[in-house]
Amino acid sequence: MVAIGRVVTSPLSALGADAELRVPPLRSHVGRHVGLTVLLALVFAAAAHVIELRPLELFRDAGNIARFLRGYLNPSFAHVGEYAWQCVVTVCIALWGTLLATLISIPLGLLGARNLAPHPLVYLAARRAMDLLRAVNEFVFALMFVTAVGLGPFAGMLALGIHTGGVLGKLLSETIESIDPGQVEGVSAAGATRLQTIAFGVVPQVLPNFVSYLLLRFESDIRSASVIGMVGGGGIGFYLWDTIRAFNDREAATVILLIVAMVMAVDVVSSRIRRLTI
Amino acid sequence: MDTVISPTVALDRVTKRYGRTTALDRISVAIVPGTFVAVIGRSGAGKTTLLRTLSRAITPTDGTIRFGGQDLAALRGAALRAHRGRVGMIYQQFNLVRRLRVLDNVLVGRLGRLQSWRRWAALARRFSDADRAVAFRCLHHVGLLDRVWQRTDTLSGGEQQRVAIAKILAQEPALVLGDEPVASLDLMNGGLVMATLRDVATRAGLTVIATLHHVDYARRYADRILGLRDGRLVFDGPPEALTDLALMDVFGEFPERDVPAAVFPLSTPAWLPSVAS
Repeated sequence: MVAIGRVVTSPLSALGADAELRVPPLRSHVGRHVGLTVLLALVFAAAAHVIELRPLELFRDAGNIARFLRGYLNPSFAHVGEYAWQCVVTVCIALWGTLLATLISIPLGLLGARNLAPHPLVYLAARRAMDLLRAVNEFVFALMFVTAVGLGPFAGMLALGIHTGGVLGKLLSETIESIDPGQVEGVSAAGATRLQTIAFGVVPQVLPNFVSYLLLRFESDIRSASVIGMVGGGGIGFYLWDTIRAFNDREAATVILLIVAMVMAVDVVSSRIRRLTI
Repeated sequence: MDTVISPTVALDRVTKRYGRTTALDRISVAIVPGTFVAVIGRSGAGKTTLLRTLSRAITPTDGTIRFGGQDLAALRGAALRAHRGRVGMIYQQFNLVRRLRVLDNVLVGRLGRLQSWRRWAALARRFSDADRAVAFRCLHHVGLLDRVWQRTDTLSGGEQQRVAIAKILAQEPALVLGDEPVASLDLMNGGLVMATLRDVATRAGLTVIATLHHVDYARRYADRILGLRDGRLVFDGPPEALTDLALMDVFGEFPERDVPAAVFPLSTPAWLPSVAS
């Protein structure tokens, strides 16, 4: 019998697994894990002290909570028509707020994208402007606009639009920065102007994502608009604040129910549309 | 198809240096209009640099490029932008806008030629009937009229590259440059794209200059082959002159036969009207 080739028992031995190769031992991370755990525990303990965390009071004041619950489990429908109308006002605030945000975000997002900005300084300015709009909460904007244009839905819509404009602009600029540059080059190399290059090379690439972000922000604007009335921005928020502050638990329960129903309805509709765009 | 005759391209001692490395070393060559030129060579030999010098994406360090009564090497500002608009670029990855319809991608080729308010109307994808007619004719020319309403990313790679050719035809360029136009295509589709480029050169009278790393594509379809090695022009001649010995000069070693001859559609594809007409 003639031996053909080597006799091997496994593919590894066929490779001639090198006996000389020393595999380093597994390193132990126990010390590091313990240290990290202790550190985190200390941070949270300190934070608990700062916020006066006293969970026992939940039980000591159980009587209060029971009275609370009695009211909330018996919603009153005496003023439900008025509350429902205020929900419509809230949706309208969010609609116009999101439209205003879109109008703000498109120029800011285009100028704040590194690959489109005409000059690094323009890019920086647009970025900082968007940071500013995002950093200031919509409630702070609402307080400012209430003094500027008076109490009511208009102030709320301006506040929402300006804050969300910063958020959407940031999302848009980051979407633009991640597009395929080859498709843009294919358009600009054909002799297109800057605006034409954006319309043909950039917009088709970012549109599905942008519409999706827009609808997500609309859902979040509905939630914000439902409380912005607390600071005078119009909508259902004012009634929420009014009934809770007056310990009118049964009325507050109705308002909260309507808000939950409204938010859920908007989320369902908006996620349906969102699915169509992707 | 309007007959557009490219001017003669004449390079005289064109040199491009990056620091101490010389990417192009005194390239001198004159190309008559309507020629399909293949540029071959190993990676790093200067093929792409040569192409980018002609499109004036980069400025040569030295030498002149005569083209249509101008020295391309000296172009600046508006004249430079105008030249770039007259160059039709074909890319390895097609560089079409994938989510747009085929028609819109071909119409992109018209953007640089629009006048006054038409430039603004184009932002809403409103083009004149004349421009749309040009786009349809160009698509017909590459045999893809039946795809006009389809989304571009639903087409195969070979079809997308032919849409890209239709787009640069719509651009009515004076010069067509291809940066590895068939490198990401299979042999059948690569052959079709090469045949289409050949047809563009012979029938539209356009000079087509393409880099290729499959030597057999160059041999089968090009009128003239330029071989670059380390930035120098080491071969310049018709495909018949590219002997195995000449290939050794270009590649430094005998290249493997990478393309089986049988696969190529040697005759003009049926959807291309015959050259004689």
